[in-house]
Amino acid sequence: MGGVHPDDSKFARESRIEVLGVPQKVFVSMSQHLGAPAKPVVAVGDFVKTGQLLAEPGGFISACIHSPVSGTVKSVAPRKDLAGNMAMHVEIEVLGDLWEDSIDLSTKLIKDIPEDREAILQKIKDGGVVGLGGATFPTHVKLNPPPGKTAECLIINGAECEPFLTSDYRMMLEHPQEIVVGAAIMQKVLHACPCVIAIEENKPEAIAAMQKAVADLAYPDIRVAVLRKRYPQGGEKQLIDAVMHRQIPSGGLPVDVGAVVQNIMTAFAVYEAVQKNKPLISNVLTVTGDGVPANMQHNYLFRIGVPFSYIIEQAGGVPENTAKIVSGGPMMGKAFANLEATTVKGSSAVLYLSAERTRRKAEGPCIRCGRCADACPMGLEPFLLNRLAKAGDTQELENAAVQDCIECGCCLYSCPAQIPLLDRIRPAKAQVLGIIKSRNVKK
Amino acid sequence: MTDRYLVSPSPHIHAKASTDSLMRDVLIALLPVTVAAILFYGWSELLVLGVSLLSCALLEWAIAKWMMHDVRIANVPSALVTGLLLALNLPATAPWWVVFAGAVFAIGITKMSFGGLGQNIFNPAIAARVFLLVSFPKQMTVWAAPNGFLPVTDAISGATLLGKYNEGGMEALRALGYPGNHALFFDMGGSVGEISAGLLLLGFAYLLLRKVVKPWIPLSIFATIALISGIFHGVAPDTYTGPVLNLLAGGVILGACFMATDYVTSPMSAWGGVIYGAGIGFIVMMIRYFGSYPEGMSFAILIMNCFVPLIDRAFHQKKYGRG
Repeated sequence: MGGVHPDDSKFARESRIEVLGVPQKVFVSMSQHLGAPAKPVVAVGDFVKTGQLLAEPGGFISACIHSPVSGTVKSVAPRKDLAGNMAMHVEIEVLGDLWEDSIDLSTKLIKDIPEDREAILQKIKDGGVVGLGGATFPTHVKLNPPPGKTAECLIINGAECEPFLTSDYRMMLEHPQEIVVGAAIMQKVLHACPCVIAIEENKPEAIAAMQKAVADLAYPDIRVAVLRKRYPQGGEKQLIDAVMHRQIPSGGLPVDVGAVVQNIMTAFAVYEAVQKNKPLISNVLTVTGDGVPANMQHNYLFRIGVPFSYIIEQAGGVPENTAKIVSGGPMMGKAFANLEATTVKGSSAVLYLSAERTRRKAEGPCIRCGRCADACPMGLEPFLLNRLAKAGDTQELENAAVQDCIECGCCLYSCPAQIPLLDRIRPAKAQVLGIIKSRNVKK
Repeated sequence: MTDRYLVSPSPHIHAKASTDSLMRDVLIALLPVTVAAILFYGWSELLVLGVSLLSCALLEWAIAKWMMHDVRIANVPSALVTGLLLALNLPATAPWWVVFAGAVFAIGITKMSFGGLGQNIFNPAIAARVFLLVSFPKQMTVWAAPNGFLPVTDAISGATLLGKYNEGGMEALRALGYPGNHALFFDMGGSVGEISAGLLLLGFAYLLLRKVVKPWIPLSIFATIALISGIFHGVAPDTYTGPVLNLLAGGVILGACFMATDYVTSPMSAWGGVIYGAGIGFIVMMIRYFGSYPEGMSFAILIMNCFVPLIDRAFHQKKYGRG
């Protein structure tokens, strides 16, 4: 149902993953996962090793954060994130690269999975692993469904449906075995439920690599599924529908229909946390853009906490005709207001867009063409939500299911009159969600 | 360094289709039949086209500028679509002042007085055609003998097939050699836009290919007309015309493919479109069989335009995760 077919623009697909260095200073954000910010456990002046715990979870839905470098803690203070909002950061002055002793730095594949389910979950939690597909939801919470709910299928999300992004693709080509072991570990935690690695059809090399790894490692009940190409095929709700033919009820969780979805990169992080004792301190990000020369297209393995300005500098600077720089994909990413902001666990791309590609034209009148409704993967009617949002009619907005909007951007993308549909729907959704929440509290 | 770059919410890219490009596609789709009309009817047709296109575009702009005080309301490409459709809905013999009156009614009354593009209830070109038909019946029903740039001798002149049927029933049609004497291409007679079913369908195929419109509304109209005329003709072949004539004659193809599919005045959902199309098909056949007008496409579309808000209210998309 719904979806759009933007131009693929995967210009960096042939660029091998390169290891990015570290600058003299890194800034580690305490708010880089969904849920409560983490609480720092280090003080100014402390020396920390690479992989050492910097902060502990600040609540049930929260995650540990570890030092991506070795060095001295210079400050624990608020700093601007990429949108310009203030968040607590730990500033570390880099000194050498001394790793925690418990971390296995060899590249040898460890296939045998620990027996104890609880011990695995603890390792994932202690490793600070969060969902790296975008939502950064703590992985140990997702892998531990509430009582009465059971996982019937673990879906490893390799759709990477956002244009431009190639980090998951490169991981599938370069580390397929680690990803499969990570998937098998999560499968074990979920009481050996079947596992499906879902990849869009436009990535035949990745499909072949993953199929080979699955066959070679021969864990029971893991298979690769090929999906139709469309955006947002990798959206959690859409992916579950495509793989399991089940739809999550409005306001429900994936596990309500027996699904647990984890990203390719998350599977890799689980592998490292469980098999190598290595916490989540690095991730892969794509540096790309339209009209950007091939030698400036990169996939970097970066330490989480390195400022974006450093990555941009290492990648050759901002290209000439750039009008907008986006963190993440062009459909759901955030535009940079502050390039001095630091990378976080969920950072997936630095995307340069030209004025020609990104500029919006003036809003025209709705000609009732219905493209927004055709494009909406949730079956909503954005033209109607737009009108209701302008009128501020929260009751009708709720009836029209504004709270189901996943903010994928398909409506605004497809509107020929360039009506800023999502710009108006987003705040209306937040307002209606607030109303629903307060009503539930009163009950 | 950061304040040089744009900061705005996602999505950051946009599909290529714009309102103007969609309108341009409709103009391109109507090009074959327009060229054929010029070749067929010659200078008089060029005059109708010129007056219609020019006055629609100018009126759109002038009303936005001087009466609504905001030129941004004017959408000239859409006014050109209206102008072209209006011209194709008129006989080539229409005097210039009739064409101009039609443009005033289409753009001024039907479109701009409701607020401009996207706000009108009725299809402007259709509304103008009906306005002219009831106001100037004489000028509107003098069908010219093709007298253009092509040496066509065997084309029908005078009244259309449907006009003959309306006056003299099946007897009058048989005198012309019906059935069996109507080709798909160049001999339908009537309004200039009704001359060639083949070229109209070619243009519509282009619109489908470019994903400008969906096929449900025209298909529903065709199916309903075929069904109703099939039943009537099957039961009483001596009284009622058959499906082939009813599908090919008059404004059915032009109306179904280019006027009933107008975004602004048609339902937004696929099923809504099917209901809307069935309504049009039904009304057309009732007018043709039992009405006093030989042709009913314009009235049918206009009447069904009124029901669009109700149809839209009844048909919604199936929402994800809600049954």
